[in-house]
Amino acid sequence: MNARDEILGRLRRNARRDGAQEPAARLAAHPRGTVPARSALDHDGRVALFMAEAGRVDATVARLNGTAAIPAAVARYLEDAGLAPALRTAPHPLLAGLDWAGAGLDARPGASDGHDVAGLNVAIAGVAETGTLVLASGPETPTTLNFLPDADLVVLREADIVGAYEDVWDRLRAAGEDAGFMPRNINWVTGPSRTADIEQTLLLGAHGPRSLHILLVRDDG
Amino acid sequence: MESTTRAFNDNVRRAIGDAGLRRSLDKLGHGFPVKRRLAAERLPEFETLRDEARDIKNHVLANLDTYLAAFEAKVTETGGQVHWARDAAEARDIILAVCRDASARTVTKSKSMIGEELAINDHLEAHGIQPIETDLGEYIIQLRHEPPAHILAPAIHLSKEQVADTFRASHDGLPRDRDLEAPETLLKEARAILREKFLAADVGLTGANMLVAETGSIVLVTNEGNADLTQTLPRVQVVMASLEKVVPTLEDATTLLRVLARSATGQEQSVYTTFTTGPKRAEDPDGPDAFHVVLLDNGRSGMVGGDFQDMLRCIRCGACLNHCPVYATIGGHAYGWVYSGPMGKVLIPNLIGMETAKDLPNASSLCGRCEEVCPMRIPLPRMLRDWRRRQFAAGQTGIIARWALKSWAFWARRPGLYHFFADIKMRSLAAAAGRRGRFRSMVMAGGWTGSRDLPAPQGRTFQAQWDARGGKR
Amino acid sequence: MEKPRDVALFVTCLVDLMRPSVGFAAVKLLQDAGCTVTVPRAQTCCGQPAYNAGDEADAAAIARQVIAAFQGFAAVVAPSGSCAGMIKEHYPRLFADDPEWGPRARDLAARTHELVSFLRDVLAVEGVDAAFDGTVTYHDSCSGLRELGIKAQPRALLATVAGLTLTEAEDSEVCCGFGGLFCVKYPDISGQMVDNKAKAVEATGAGTLLGGDMGCLMNIGGRLKRRGSPVQVRHVAEVLAGMADVPAIGEGPGEGED
Repeated sequence: MNARDEILGRLRRNARRDGAQEPAARLAAHPRGTVPARSALDHDGRVALFMAEAGRVDATVARLNGTAAIPAAVARYLEDAGLAPALRTAPHPLLAGLDWAGAGLDARPGASDGHDVAGLNVAIAGVAETGTLVLASGPETPTTLNFLPDADLVVLREADIVGAYEDVWDRLRAAGEDAGFMPRNINWVTGPSRTADIEQTLLLGAHGPRSLHILLVRDDG
Repeated sequence: MESTTRAFNDNVRRAIGDAGLRRSLDKLGHGFPVKRRLAAERLPEFETLRDEARDIKNHVLANLDTYLAAFEAKVTETGGQVHWARDAAEARDIILAVCRDASARTVTKSKSMIGEELAINDHLEAHGIQPIETDLGEYIIQLRHEPPAHILAPAIHLSKEQVADTFRASHDGLPRDRDLEAPETLLKEARAILREKFLAADVGLTGANMLVAETGSIVLVTNEGNADLTQTLPRVQVVMASLEKVVPTLEDATTLLRVLARSATGQEQSVYTTFTTGPKRAEDPDGPDAFHVVLLDNGRSGMVGGDFQDMLRCIRCGACLNHCPVYATIGGHAYGWVYSGPMGKVLIPNLIGMETAKDLPNASSLCGRCEEVCPMRIPLPRMLRDWRRRQFAAGQTGIIARWALKSWAFWARRPGLYHFFADIKMRSLAAAAGRRGRFRSMVMAGGWTGSRDLPAPQGRTFQAQWDARGGKR
Repeated sequence: MEKPRDVALFVTCLVDLMRPSVGFAAVKLLQDAGCTVTVPRAQTCCGQPAYNAGDEADAAAIARQVIAAFQGFAAVVAPSGSCAGMIKEHYPRLFADDPEWGPRARDLAARTHELVSFLRDVLAVEGVDAAFDGTVTYHDSCSGLRELGIKAQPRALLATVAGLTLTEAEDSEVCCGFGGLFCVKYPDISGQMVDNKAKAVEATGAGTLLGGDMGCLMNIGGRLKRRGSPVQVRHVAEVLAGMADVPAIGEGPGEGED
């Protein structure tokens, strides 16, 4: 007998079926567990909670009035961090047509090749509960941008801040096709990369970004 | 991997004699528990979430065949491939074959306890493929050819000086006298070396914290970001996961994620949690072309429905290690195999045999702190007793312990005789101790008096005195 | 609800053999709270050593003896969280599938209490009439703490002892390394654990360590004595009953004569 049938056969024989719920029903209904009450807030409350939680995990947040303000905010951040005015940007419509040169920036759209000092991506959502960014892989949002550059900059629209992680699953299910609503990667990012593997000393910037800067953009219609 | 579990007592003596290890363990035992407590206190729903997490896994284990088949169907539908392995040897063969098909020369790997179970690095190396661990701690112990000392913090037992020595010995082409004093410098050097390895690797080998049946996704959780570089940059991704990692839905995975990091490191959420579904899509600018999941049984299907099924709820958070006073005394290596701490004591005998691992279930004071903090509410002390019961029934309990238990039980079941002789014995012991009230040594009690005095009895037993006073019977 | 005053004392083997003064302290505390105390003769030990060693046949035989001996009392009280935990938590497990002994084990479990939690939680004792001049620290024994939830009760009653100051030790909830047979089967591990505990106790500066379980107290006391520490070790009942005038654990009338 092949390994698959042997393993599944043994599981079937050994299982203590509780009969409480049919797997098919659970898969179809995908019921939520307890969602922490802390994120059950109105829009302003969610934004405030998101910013506070992101701050707790060493991310920085800048609030901007509209996407046009992004290049100047990026330039300011890079300058303050002592980094060169160059970055790799997501080929995302939200960033298209922005005046990078006007802000003195060398912005090149595309995936990261591992040698970019800074990268700018666009999140699909922010989760207020823990200050977590949610990014999806796709042609407009390369996953490498989240992990290879030293400085990770992420644009998040305020309207995309939800309370809980489950709200993101609902949005994805609503937007996608029935079968395959998940992109190759959904990345939850909660602060910059870190490790405590040497003598339990916490250090930022293990393999991924050393810093995480969130550009929180107010809706400009 | 080979186990040294049989030599448990030798391992223990070596560990206790290691002053550096003691310092690391002391730091661990006072760091993680505080962080976990603060995180739990910050989330009023934490205890409810623990109940729900337990219930989710119980439901999965009652329907594991169905959920695994559903997971497999979704992986296939999204362009990936699932392989089934009965044991470690089968899994190693599958992984090697995938690597060979990809003409792989180097493989980057993110930390995986299943990878340790398979000893996959040794296997790949023996066949001319170079595996590179990318979790910083795991990278360090790979350079030192050591097993992990903790499921979260594999290099917990090492000082920064030991890490510096390891880097000097292993990183060729760098000045010998370079400054490697600070942890930051060590990290910087490892990061630079590993960055090149990430970019050059042909295959990325990862574990999985969970498998989601609803979508065919695997879930990977790290703080460093190394698992993401491992799964995003190479042409081929291979995921190693044991059967019990499957959960029904994204919502169920989310509930487990709410207790995982809090229990592990006291973080609200780990830095990177990634849901990966199939290989890159046609229009994606990055990601691997091929996506393989190797599902490993290695004894788990036999645990389903039995005394040790609850152990399969474990999500490898490490809370039981962090809170265990025995782990804090002996560290991870003493357990002699991949896993350690209370979860290791229960799991290891299931995977490598009760006879080989016979010390593990016994080397516990059954203090219960592990069960108290386990996010999945696994009854670890109960299962340690279950192993002891099996050992006793199989005649594996030592002859002296058996004789002592039997003779004690003989007296304990005869209260009249017991009270009569106990009173005589206690009076003579009290007299022998004299005015000092304790013994520094005693025949047959060396286990006790080796490190502590033995308090002497006061004199007449309570029962004898109660009779003498005419107390109510 | 009527409070149970017809109490049977489960002395525990260690109190019976090693430190009867704890038993008499328990009797006094119970009588002060209005209870009638009976000590059934047909008791020796709760069977925990056999149970934890995997010898369930002997454990069950001893458990049946205890169940029979303590039938009919409104409450069964033990000056030990470990033994009370054995009866409350593990007897029902031992006889889970036994139609005859299962119900009897569950009935006994429901009536069984650890001494201090019985005084506080069941009899609602507000305070004790005792004095103790000194600073003490309290060790939370594992079974009492985690199986029976004993943490606040001894502290609440100690707070009513005249002259007594309580100072908390670091890791007061961490096991002392006794663990029954564990301490003699794995003396290296146990020895290190109890040394950590002894150091934490010494670091408080308290003159006396109190606890609710003789096993832990003999272990910690034995280690403190071996370290040459002046800290005295006593069962909490002795202090609550105002009967702390006997030599401390591991001390004799000739203490200091070395």
